[in-house]
Amino acid sequence: MDKVAIELTVNGRARQALVAPRVLLSDFIRQQLALPGTHVGCEHGVCGSCNVLVNGVAVRSCLMFAVQLDGAELTTVEGFGGADTLHPIQEAFWEEHGLQCGFCTPGMLAAASELLAQTPDPTEAEIREAIAGNLCRCTGYQYIIEAIRSAARKLREARVETTEPV
Amino acid sequence: MSSHLKSNVIPPSRQREKPRAGLTWIGQSIKRVEDPRILTGKGGYIDDVVVAGMAQAAMVSSPHAHARIVSIDTSKAKEVPGVIGVYTGADLATVVDPCPSFASPPVPQHAMAIDKVRHVGEVVAAVVAEDRYIAEDAAALVEVEWEVLPANVDIEASLEATGDAVLHPDDRKSNCALDESFAFGPVEADFAAADRVITRRLRWNRSSAQAIETCGVVAQWDAFKGGYTIHANTNFYSFIPFVIGGSLRVSPGELKMIPVLTGGSFGSKVFIHKIIILTAGLARLAGVPVKYIEDRLEHFTNSDSHGSDRLYDCELAVMEDGSFKSMRFTVLDDYGAYLQFGVGTHGNAMAQVTGPYRIGSFGMRVIAVLTNKCQQGPYRGFGSEVTNWVMERMVDAAAEELGRDPLELREQNMIQPDEFPYMIPTGNIYDSGNFQEVLGQAREMFDLDTWRAKVRAARAEGRCVGVGVATCMERSVYGPTEWWSLNNRETPGFTLTSTPEGISARIDPSGKLFVTLNSCMVGNSPETVVTQILAERLTVDPADVVINYADSQTGFNGVGPQGSRFTAMVAGACVTASIRLEEKLKRFGAHMLQRRPEDVELRGGMVAVKGLKDQEKSFAEIALTSSFFRLSFPDGEEFDSGMETTAVYDHPLSTDPHPEREHLGIFYPIVGHICHMVAVEVDPETGKVEILDYAAVHDNGTIVNPRTLGGQVWGGTANGIGTTLSEQFVYDADGQFTNPNFAEFAMPTAHEMPTNFKLGHVETPSPYTEYGIKGGGEGGRLGAPSALTSAIEDALRDRGVKIAALPVTPPILRGLIRDADAAAVAAE
Repeated sequence: MDKVAIELTVNGRARQALVAPRVLLSDFIRQQLALPGTHVGCEHGVCGSCNVLVNGVAVRSCLMFAVQLDGAELTTVEGFGGADTLHPIQEAFWEEHGLQCGFCTPGMLAAASELLAQTPDPTEAEIREAIAGNLCRCTGYQYIIEAIRSAARKLREARVETTEPV
Repeated sequence: MSSHLKSNVIPPSRQREKPRAGLTWIGQSIKRVEDPRILTGKGGYIDDVVVAGMAQAAMVSSPHAHARIVSIDTSKAKEVPGVIGVYTGADLATVVDPCPSFASPPVPQHAMAIDKVRHVGEVVAAVVAEDRYIAEDAAALVEVEWEVLPANVDIEASLEATGDAVLHPDDRKSNCALDESFAFGPVEADFAAADRVITRRLRWNRSSAQAIETCGVVAQWDAFKGGYTIHANTNFYSFIPFVIGGSLRVSPGELKMIPVLTGGSFGSKVFIHKIIILTAGLARLAGVPVKYIEDRLEHFTNSDSHGSDRLYDCELAVMEDGSFKSMRFTVLDDYGAYLQFGVGTHGNAMAQVTGPYRIGSFGMRVIAVLTNKCQQGPYRGFGSEVTNWVMERMVDAAAEELGRDPLELREQNMIQPDEFPYMIPTGNIYDSGNFQEVLGQAREMFDLDTWRAKVRAARAEGRCVGVGVATCMERSVYGPTEWWSLNNRETPGFTLTSTPEGISARIDPSGKLFVTLNSCMVGNSPETVVTQILAERLTVDPADVVINYADSQTGFNGVGPQGSRFTAMVAGACVTASIRLEEKLKRFGAHMLQRRPEDVELRGGMVAVKGLKDQEKSFAEIALTSSFFRLSFPDGEEFDSGMETTAVYDHPLSTDPHPEREHLGIFYPIVGHICHMVAVEVDPETGKVEILDYAAVHDNGTIVNPRTLGGQVWGGTANGIGTTLSEQFVYDADGQFTNPNFAEFAMPTAHEMPTNFKLGHVETPSPYTEYGIKGGGEGGRLGAPSALTSAIEDALRDRGVKIAALPVTPPILRGLIRDADAAAVAAE
């Protein structure tokens, strides 16, 4: 199968790649882009661990082909923040103990990011709905919900300080 | 105490750090040390491991539950460009021997089937290729000719199987792998003296942990050394080389196991020896490093980690005044096609089989049944979650038959706070506890009296609302006799008695405390708890503690996270290491301060002269001097340079099983206690259960980190809710596993968890562990099924529904309601 040339933005940086048409986005991210933070849990679109943001929308990277990303903007967990530059959502997960083994966490962060971009002050029911497509076997979800609520607060406060959209 | 327990003498406590108020770091909900790297995608899970020249493997799996392999044609697969090799079970057997087994006598198992498959998903061939896509393409081209054999699916019918339906005819004439009976105390006499015997048949169906990460291995064969380097997400990496070296035909010393961050275990990754042996063998055959990561289907069907699958016929002997006298049961357990741990899950349950109640004797017949399913492995509770549920079902049944309030009946029979250490009929002890306080707190948090009024009001409106209460034990810190104590006395197998945990610790010349763990992280918080305990004991800042992980060649004696043991056990190793480092720091520091060691103390990361403010040396200064300035100290090996130690802590309290098994000895003595209270509403039209309110109070002794313990309770409760309401492996009559995927095996999502969960803690410190810490990794799942089942039955009390089997999925519950309604009509 001939490989296809694609161009996309990965965590803010322009990238070009040659990719076989059948390669899943999740495999492309992990293997070709060498970004291991996107985790593959079920490979059939249920668990949500492989969620990434494509043009700001949380998608299952195991249910997309990499070639579908031509021209798109991709954000993986590596694009949220690094060791000394944790994103407010990552900080909130840390503070509220929103992760245990951490395998589902990148997908949770993507789901939370999508929610908070649209709904800056979500109710608990809205948070549950937003992460209902992400399975976590460790936490029982409660501290994830608390983390997202805390992240919402942090992001709202940051918005007030900067008077700019975050 | 019954006379059969007289020989079981409780050893004295070896506790050095007494539980006490006013600790600085123990008891604080500090943010986890582990998290920043995990939150940024840099955790380093097994599939993140990349080795130069690494190939990928894909498996050819059995579509049949039971079949002879007539032939395997790999020729087409081998022609696919990019394929390095295609291997069958016979090929693999040229480099590896059968898997190890703790069962005695063992049930033979190959990492890749030879001649015969015994469950759907068993691997019969493997492709090693340049990448996984190619490997899977080629695997689809492997042609296998089968001769299908009769499949054993039903637990009772499998015991009657003969001829071709017998799974291991060369080793066993039937599908019964073990049948042993025990009487702990005067069971017969107690039953004869009882006023009444409560009888129930109870069924706990099969499910499994299903961590979001599957199992995986990256293995390299080193032909020059004759050994392997293996990354694997086993919990047991420090211990496993010794166990699998024989299968891999190498000395354990030539097996370098490297730990990885593990994406959830809940027991399911404790051992995973088969996938390690399989992948290592493939690496040797292919001559390249090989990565094999199970896909979800393979994890469901072939990962050797299915949970308990039991049928109980249980009897509780009671007096008319409500006091419990004795209990006994016969239990059949569907272990699947193999028996890797023997009946260790029943040994485990003997730790607390009589619950928090005074019951004088206990008897059991345990029958391990082989069927054509993937074999059992550990799942959060390791068998005790089932006996907790059985005990609580029996108490509810007794309350109903005696016309008693279920909570009052529990309180009447509970062990009292002044009775500890309390030895139960099996010989295990409960080290400490205050069950009444736990119950009292739960009652208050849940507001039980108000809920009972609400239930009455709702029932008056015709709604099916009910409350359930469970008071359960939460044993922690296992001793390994549970693996073999129920084996036949003539063939006990490998009678292991050590379950140590160790660390090494070094204060480097910069003053940082470098700690090496011999245990991986599986979603617990090993780095955080070790940091807190060492900061406490050595008076250092947690920011100055740096944690690393040993591999199996650089490690020491250790077992890893399982059986709610890690925190309590590693605390012991931390205390030993701290005592040694303190002694060394004082010796060197006192010399530098020109004082005697007995005149100095540890104070805020300093060695300081007692009673004097400014006379002190920082650990950094002492470590630097001791490391680089040998001539500043006297001759003699007590001043050997450097500031380091290795400390191993053995199980704090265990004894041998009685030779004739009159009792099983002490093997799981550090017990917590849990009380769960839940209110539910059942929709009788759909069978859907809605959780209206939930309170869980746990006593895990001294708490190291309340927030991480809370996470364990929450997560375990979520597992228990799934076990009760939605999770079941469903097999058809041919042994086909019909729901091995996340769409049909329904684990709780955020929508299924109670929205107003109340979490409480009581702290009754252990007199045997350092600081009084008890384990708390399994508790939620040890209590939730009992409380929820009770609540559902209460909600449907007016309709006469009895719950004797889990799970109660909506269709199952709807069926029970329909049957009860029909029975009521028939009775009229």
